[in-house]
Amino acid sequence: MALFRKARYSTLNPTDKREDQPSKKKEIPHGLWEKCPQCSETIYAKQKEENLNLCPRCSYHYPMTAWNRIKLLTDEGSFLEFDADMESVDKLQFEGVAPYLSKLEENKKKTGLKDAVVYGTASLDERKYVLAVMDFRFLGASMGCVVGEKVTRAAELALKEKLPFVIATASGGARMYEGMLSLMQMAKTSGALERLDEAGLPYIVIMTHPTTAGVTASFASLGDLILAEPGAMIAFAGPRVIKDTTQAKLPEGFQTAEFLLKKGLIDKIIGRKNLRNELSLCLEYVTSSCKVHSAERGKAQAK
Amino acid sequence: MAEFVLEFEKPIVELESKIRELQNLSDSSNMNVDEELSVLTKKVEETKKAIYDSLTAWQRVQLARHPSRPYSLDYINLIFKDFLEFHGDRRYAEDPAIVAGFAKLDNQPVMIIGTQKGRNTKENVFRNFGCPHPEGYRKALRLMKLADKSCVPVVCLIDTPGAFPGIASEERHIGEAIAVNLREMFSLSVPVLAVVIGEGGSGGALGIGIGNRILVMENAYYSVITPEGCAAILWKDRAYSAKAAESLKLTGKDLMELGIVDEIVKEPLGGAHKNYEEAAALLKKAIKKNIDSLKKMSGEELKDQRYKKYRSITYIKES
Repeated sequence: MALFRKARYSTLNPTDKREDQPSKKKEIPHGLWEKCPQCSETIYAKQKEENLNLCPRCSYHYPMTAWNRIKLLTDEGSFLEFDADMESVDKLQFEGVAPYLSKLEENKKKTGLKDAVVYGTASLDERKYVLAVMDFRFLGASMGCVVGEKVTRAAELALKEKLPFVIATASGGARMYEGMLSLMQMAKTSGALERLDEAGLPYIVIMTHPTTAGVTASFASLGDLILAEPGAMIAFAGPRVIKDTTQAKLPEGFQTAEFLLKKGLIDKIIGRKNLRNELSLCLEYVTSSCKVHSAERGKAQAK
Repeated sequence: MAEFVLEFEKPIVELESKIRELQNLSDSSNMNVDEELSVLTKKVEETKKAIYDSLTAWQRVQLARHPSRPYSLDYINLIFKDFLEFHGDRRYAEDPAIVAGFAKLDNQPVMIIGTQKGRNTKENVFRNFGCPHPEGYRKALRLMKLADKSCVPVVCLIDTPGAFPGIASEERHIGEAIAVNLREMFSLSVPVLAVVIGEGGSGGALGIGIGNRILVMENAYYSVITPEGCAAILWKDRAYSAKAAESLKLTGKDLMELGIVDEIVKEPLGGAHKNYEEAAALLKKAIKKNIDSLKKMSGEELKDQRYKKYRSITYIKES
């Protein structure tokens, strides 16, 4: 039986060779070129940035910074930021691997932001509304007191000014460094949205990649309309947690915007190139027929 | 079945078994062991006090998860009468991880919503280890709205490791189910009392936890993430669970200091599992006191107070 006499494995020493010979792979200067995670095409970073952070070949939606998102969704020069100076504090004096405060400093430097949400009033095609945008680069846009407070104040601003409220979400979930204070922001933001709902003001959510955990289980899932960007991961529990807990094989495309459109959570998937126009159209539909605001209509009827 | 004993409970259990041995010996041989017995009994009390007065956060988490700890249905049976359980979310299914229905607290009707764990493997399969699917939250909300219509206070008993992380749960939008509960619980015009009786596991606990008051039992915990999960993420090592438990500030005392929890409900020495009747009596007293005082408020006042309670949980810096 020749089959069994043959050595089953031959030994190579690839590590030795690798050290001796210079790598044949071309070194790409960091940040200039990158490989698209969807189509594997090597793309010129600048070309991507000029294309709304979309892969020029396959339209893969790279995350967008808060300010670029604001630029995309507002009339030029119309955005007026509120509470720009609000910052997180280390109430729990969290003793993790790295102290919370140094993590915050690092992320402020990296992003130029004070925390993971920017909000204010703006107009889109001259229609005024309140816009809040989350930026995933800042500590995974995790929700601590500042994120919760800004989203709450944005909803309260919409209520006070009788404006529609739009939020572009992205979040890794709770900010663990703020412990239970973080969980309570889910309650707080949902409470503010209850008041907005009660007043009959429209609330539109744009879910971007990735929207997960505590944000999914609070303000992100409460939109009168829930829009999503193509390919966005949208989840409550992460896929690894689900696999570890249930040992189940996850279905193809599980927890993507496309999957959740089929399962009935999402109203519409909108590519970034159409997002401005379609949001504008949504705002037109939900506001333009209301000559008298619905809350006042309700009151008038009650009389 | 041998009793489940936690590591830090061992010195007490050892002393107690010595006392039993001595008693047996004296019974069978007529020896006078009164002196030894009194010394040992005193020592047990001292040891208990020393251990339970200085429990670490991690030890409390273990007590909260103790397999002999009373669960929602145990308290329901011991505290309330005429419990009338209702089932189903009218959308998809019945979820046995949440029990819900009317009951009477003495003569006061209430709506009870409680997450329910199982006592053994068979029960745990049925109750899904107390981890609700979306249907559980939707059933809970449906019945809370009935309570609102019926002008009956809502009492939520929370004891869950968390909402269930599974494929079905995600496909039927567990995040949305919890989110809607958070929003709608703010609209209830009746008193809502949330009591964490064991594990307060993150969003899964909060999903039935928007109360005018939040009570936490002495050896319960309420946390944004399990200490194990936090250790795995922040320290990349589950061995740091005890440290994570400390850092997360998840005990009743810590949460009172943060202004999240309103009251700690005392438990019998050694934990609720040592004496169900006493634990239930202490819990009943706390529920009754809070419902009585909340009942004095109008519907609008209740909604307003509930909103302000959560609205004020904000620690930030503004220049």
